[in-house]
Amino acid sequence: MSLGSVPLKYRIQIDRQQCMQCMRCVDNCSYGVFREEDDGNILIDSRKCTACHRCISMCPRDAINLSERPVDYRSHPLWTPEAREDVINQSRSGRIVLAGMGNAKDYPIIYDRLVLDACQVTNPSIDPLREPMELRTYLGQKPSKLDIRKQENGDFELNTKLSPNLELQTPIMIGHMSYGAISLNAQLSLAKAAAKTGTYMGTGEGGLHKDIYPYQDNMIVQVASGRFGVDINYLERGAAIEIKIGQGAKPGIGGHLPGEKVCTDVSCTRMIPAGSDAISPAPHHDIYSIEDLAQLVRGLKEATEWKKPVFVKIAAVHNVAAVAAGIARSSADAVVIDGFRGGTGASPKVFRDNVGIPIEAAVASVDQKLNDQGIRNKVSVIASGGIRNSADIAKSIALGADAVYIGTAALISMGCRVCGNCYRGLCPWGIATQREDLVSRLDPEVESEHVANLINSWTLELSELMGAAGINSIESLRGNRSRLRGYMLDEGTLDVLQVKPVGA
Amino acid sequence: MCGIIGVIDRHKQKMNGSGIKEALSLMNERGSGEGAGYAAYGIYPDFEDCYALHIFFDNLVEPKSKVDDIIQKWGRIVHQEEIPTKEQPNLKRNHVPWRYFFKPYTDLMPGSLTPDEDIVKYLVMEINSSAIEGALVFSSGKNMGVFKAAGWPEDVANFYKIDEYEGYIWLAHNRYPTNTPGWWGGAHPFNLLNWSVVHNGEITSYGTNQRYVESNGYQCTMFTDTEVVAYLFDLLGRHHELPSEIIVKAMAPPFWDEIDEMDDHERALNKAIRLTYGPALMNGPFAIVVATHNGIVGFTDRIKLRPLVVGEHGSRLYISSEEAAIRTMDPQVEDIHMPGAGEPVIGRVVT
Ligand code: SF4
Ligand code: SF4
Repeated sequence: MSLGSVPLKYRIQIDRQQCMQCMRCVDNCSYGVFREEDDGNILIDSRKCTACHRCISMCPRDAINLSERPVDYRSHPLWTPEAREDVINQSRSGRIVLAGMGNAKDYPIIYDRLVLDACQVTNPSIDPLREPMELRTYLGQKPSKLDIRKQENGDFELNTKLSPNLELQTPIMIGHMSYGAISLNAQLSLAKAAAKTGTYMGTGEGGLHKDIYPYQDNMIVQVASGRFGVDINYLERGAAIEIKIGQGAKPGIGGHLPGEKVCTDVSCTRMIPAGSDAISPAPHHDIYSIEDLAQLVRGLKEATEWKKPVFVKIAAVHNVAAVAAGIARSSADAVVIDGFRGGTGASPKVFRDNVGIPIEAAVASVDQKLNDQGIRNKVSVIASGGIRNSADIAKSIALGADAVYIGTAALISMGCRVCGNCYRGLCPWGIATQREDLVSRLDPEVESEHVANLINSWTLELSELMGAAGINSIESLRGNRSRLRGYMLDEGTLDVLQVKPVGA
Repeated sequence: MCGIIGVIDRHKQKMNGSGIKEALSLMNERGSGEGAGYAAYGIYPDFEDCYALHIFFDNLVEPKSKVDDIIQKWGRIVHQEEIPTKEQPNLKRNHVPWRYFFKPYTDLMPGSLTPDEDIVKYLVMEINSSAIEGALVFSSGKNMGVFKAAGWPEDVANFYKIDEYEGYIWLAHNRYPTNTPGWWGGAHPFNLLNWSVVHNGEITSYGTNQRYVESNGYQCTMFTDTEVVAYLFDLLGRHHELPSEIIVKAMAPPFWDEIDEMDDHERALNKAIRLTYGPALMNGPFAIVVATHNGIVGFTDRIKLRPLVVGEHGSRLYISSEEAAIRTMDPQVEDIHMPGAGEPVIGRVVT
């Protein structure tokens, strides 16, 4: 007996009156929804559609219509269509269900239940158009105190040596997306945008392609458990080094780049044979404790003559605060926390949707723990995972982050429609694919402009939000919980966030 | 709003409180009758080696015996008495102001570099963080004292008989509370050990500054942004041993654009200060005068959203919200000028 197929999700329709049969939809849909028939008609297989919108945005006649298919199961509060479809699909395949992009479950979004403050009357707001607004951010270790002496001649002598810090013109960075997971053109666009906006981007665990070398001063090179592409040349090229322990979309598991995506160029950059699967295991096989981590941190520092900050990235999990405190003591310069809404090229769906905790709570508890231990100022805290706008950034900083990484948002600014099929390597936007014809759809000149525009506009909005709160320096927003209020958040969450309810 | 004034006689010649009372009362428009206060240095020569703990008691029974117990555990009470007051028709007496002259047992704080001060700080934090209900330490320095209450400047001065004290540094404050209630503890000056602070403004970075001082062992219990300034001065001045110019640079630093233009030495210094003391940076509109035994320092926020005027006459340096207040105190004052935003004005004892 066959289980049959699950119903289609989206329906694509062409308004035949409008369609001029230019066949752009056929060319553009890499998922094979459209087929040109001998008689010049277009045949549609809606079942293959991912709602990536490529055809719609390329159709010169606005002839394509995409709709979500209404549920045709018997409605049931527990056995949602998705639950049933997953069961059916797994019964057929016997496999783990893969998914791309971030957590797709309907958890309440804490960011949307936090509101920011603004000045009125007694406390003037500051107009960023007239007054200086400082968003410059330094990431790295800071001493807990300075030794400054006044000399005979009245000059001040500074006797403390600072550790190397990254200088950012805005607290917005672009997160790690590896060459392999995304295309070279996508990486180039992001790297150019980082250089244009005076910020940094992560290489991901895929090594550093030589075409990115011109932007190396704006790159943070990643060392993951697979050690792909890691050699001294790679380490030396980065402005900073990031050790990846975990990732928000899949805490506790490693990475897997399928062999089909490992083309010659990817194989060279990753230093693995072409066509072979690139598997980075869940644990680093030389790290089983904070002491081991400290060894790697110091090893990487030693290798680069203590000239580069070393970050450690972990997924937001229940005991994230204690782990972060350990990282702070491992001589790391920054701890990156990736929340459970963080995106990914491919993750088992069960992980993406069920493991980890929201970034808002994770940042707040890490900041609190480090503060309680008197070491908050020693390391920088970087928040990532599901940051959608400048308000999310302002709130993250007020909850205790020094800076944020954006990922999906940067992809959306290059065309990504969050269709969630990144793991299939067919991304019609040329982002999450290595297929040459698809990659060439993405023009790094144009897309870097879009990404830079996004960062610049968020930076402007951030200045306005700060000005409204009477703050002209980002340092004074950091950890400033008194500028936030919780709206319809439960007492327990407010307690973790250390935020008062509205009206209080 | 709020009116502030501070004066130092750099040769330590003493002034009685009548002048500053008048100067402060002149700024009544800047207050709302909900808080005023004075701080004076050099007023307890008979007990100059003792910490003068000024405490508000709700009553002299339960809270006082608890305070007696805890401070006697940590040191010796050399002398204690009710602070002399005179009832004022317009001032509602809410607490009994009491003073202890106290010498800590320094051997009880092993490992501390400043054991006596750390004991006093501990006692202040312990009592004020509501461990003892109905008692609030509002002044804890040596040979100095704060006198404050919810009322108009003149009434508060007359209540404490301010005219009768003689000091070489005076601070005074007329309060217009905007975001916290007018209560005795909330009136300025704020004090910890020898640091006293008067402040006009609202510190928008309060949440950040508060977390910073709290991570360094201070507890903010007064529901106001000013106490954090006193703690920042204690932390940076006493623990980190930074000169006052540097403390001001940490709290109201130059903008990055200005730092970028500096020569290498200055740039490195200012960058180090901003990086290390980012959480001590204060935002929002403020004008502040801070005093300790060897001097006063006045400064405003980085874009000068609150007024500050400086005047000099002989060995005296005045810092105030208003020129008229300085002139009331000293009609002969010379050199009236207004410091730039974030620029510290420092008056040091030069005996
Ligand atoms: S998969 Fe994308 S391009 Fe293909 S039909 Fe659906 S929306 Fe259009
Ligand atoms: S990157 Fe491409 S495949 Fe992935 S969600 Fe975006 S449009 Fe779809």
